[in-house]
Amino acid sequence: MAQQSLLARALDSDIFYSFKRSPLIIISALVTLICILGAVFAPILAPHNPFDLASLNLLDAFTAPAWADSGKAQYLLGTDDQGRDVLSTIMYGARMSLLVGFLATMLAMILGVSLGLIAGYVGGKVDAFIMRVADIQLSFPAILIALLIDGVARVALPKDQHDTLALYVLVIAIAGSGWVRYARTVRGSTLVERNKEYVQAARVIGRSKIAIMFTHVLPNVLGPVLVLGTLHIGEAIITEATLSFLGVGVPPTQPSLGTLIRIGNDFLFSGEWWITVFPGTALVILVLAINLLGDWLRDALNPRLR
Amino acid sequence: MLAFVIRRLLQSVLVMLAVAFIAFSLFNFVGDPVSLMLPPEATQQDREEVRKTLGLDQPFYVQFKVFITNALQGNFGISLRLGRPVSALLAERLPATLELAFAAALIGLFIGIPMGVYTALKRESWISRALLTTSLIGVSLPNFLIGIFLILIFAVWLGWLPSFGRGDVTQIGFWTTGLLTVTGIKALVLPSITLSFYPVTLIMRLVRSEMLEVLRTDYIKFARARGLTNRSVHFGHALKNTLVPVITITGLQLGGVIAFAIVTETVFQWPGMGLLFIQAVQFADIPVMAAYLCLIGFIFVVINLIVDMLYFVVDPRLRVERPGGGGH
Repeated sequence: MAQQSLLARALDSDIFYSFKRSPLIIISALVTLICILGAVFAPILAPHNPFDLASLNLLDAFTAPAWADSGKAQYLLGTDDQGRDVLSTIMYGARMSLLVGFLATMLAMILGVSLGLIAGYVGGKVDAFIMRVADIQLSFPAILIALLIDGVARVALPKDQHDTLALYVLVIAIAGSGWVRYARTVRGSTLVERNKEYVQAARVIGRSKIAIMFTHVLPNVLGPVLVLGTLHIGEAIITEATLSFLGVGVPPTQPSLGTLIRIGNDFLFSGEWWITVFPGTALVILVLAINLLGDWLRDALNPRLR
Repeated sequence: MLAFVIRRLLQSVLVMLAVAFIAFSLFNFVGDPVSLMLPPEATQQDREEVRKTLGLDQPFYVQFKVFITNALQGNFGISLRLGRPVSALLAERLPATLELAFAAALIGLFIGIPMGVYTALKRESWISRALLTTSLIGVSLPNFLIGIFLILIFAVWLGWLPSFGRGDVTQIGFWTTGLLTVTGIKALVLPSITLSFYPVTLIMRLVRSEMLEVLRTDYIKFARARGLTNRSVHFGHALKNTLVPVITITGLQLGGVIAFAIVTETVFQWPGMGLLFIQAVQFADIPVMAAYLCLIGFIFVVINLIVDMLYFVVDPRLRVERPGGGGH
């Protein structure tokens, strides 16, 4: 019963109303959903397993898409240089891209929110230090920071572990380049919240600083952070694709969409355009849909824009 | 004024020291320079000797001082990958990157401003809507993908323009330029358009919103009431007043454009600093990484400094009033 009323409330809300009214947003949501489902269930849904070496046939390499004269029906979008089905590699690649984008956004959020809370609540020298670092970092482009963290990790880690640790390095690099936005927002709202009565009350009954920050203040500053996070995922996916395209991202054995585009780029001139164009198009559609959703969510949740 | 300048300068020096410290840590803590320089069969004795000649037995702050002194003289050591002095490598690649970045910034201004003015004046026309939607897509497109699609269309399918390298270059003193030959200019077209995509959308949106704001002000109404032509009102009065923020933002973006050139240079195999840096990251070539880091850090600090000073000159509110001082 309670659940039903919750559903009814959700269907009656302003957000759902603005959702219903915009066909573009419904399409974006559908596209995002299809991309996520296709990526998550890639092992079940993909027509081929591109990483099962036994099933690969080098004779099938460079097959054109199915509708071309030399295409084969079982490879809808053609095959790449190793005879892997492009549609299947895209589904597995999107899996990797979404995973890295999501993890990096989460990590950036945790890092930024914690530092913002501490800066806003503790204040003084700690605040000044954290915000100075944030200011300095903000004056450099994110891609440069991510490249730097990635480059340092490459030098610091032993060579034989590069491939196994590449995923984590990538997540840390992207998160390390994106935490500032959360820290600034959370610091601003914390400065407002810390003087409110419920915080004073918590202080009076003797709760520790950490407990006040994370159990009392945190829930009240989280709203804008979630909207920032939605907008950040698309950007994180682009950063991941760019790093992988530059050859410093995930290894070719577990390709993301960026790695696939990098691989295909070598064959652009010999006429095998589909190896690059399809993963590229998939990346654009995915990011565009997520960005449109994030934009809409920001506007829908912001009462001043209504 | 003087206090502001001095405080700002001190801040810049601090940032530069922080950047230099990161670069220095790359050298000394991340990779062991001794094992990088010696063959694997070297004895402990050799190691100690190299350690001493490199000054690595000195305390940390002495080493940092030596690093800074060397860096100020442009001495960043020798590239591990190419075996040549890093400063020479960077110097010969700098012109390529700067020509690309300035070309992109110019395209950004000359296409972004008219597009911004048009979308602000004709808000309801379908061309404006199309431009705004395209710019949203442009922001969602990763830069390298734009480059790849441009290569596919104009180099592979149409065969009009080259897709990699700089074409023929002319040497003028220490500067190599591709602007004096036909192949050089042709080679510049695709990379600079790719790199200008982001500045164009940014400048267009900025000019549009500034124009919309200015068009609502009283002095525009007054100019209309005086019976001035539309053209004179739009370009002589409105556009003129939007240009200050536009130019500052473009200036600020120039650093970003130089950094983003890393991606564009990789797509087009453009022989600039960015390509050098990305190869250094792939091969863990620490001296090149450290030097590039310091150089880019320096460019950013200088640009930020200049922009802050410009704001100070343009916006009198930033000048702190002091009794007896300041004529405004």
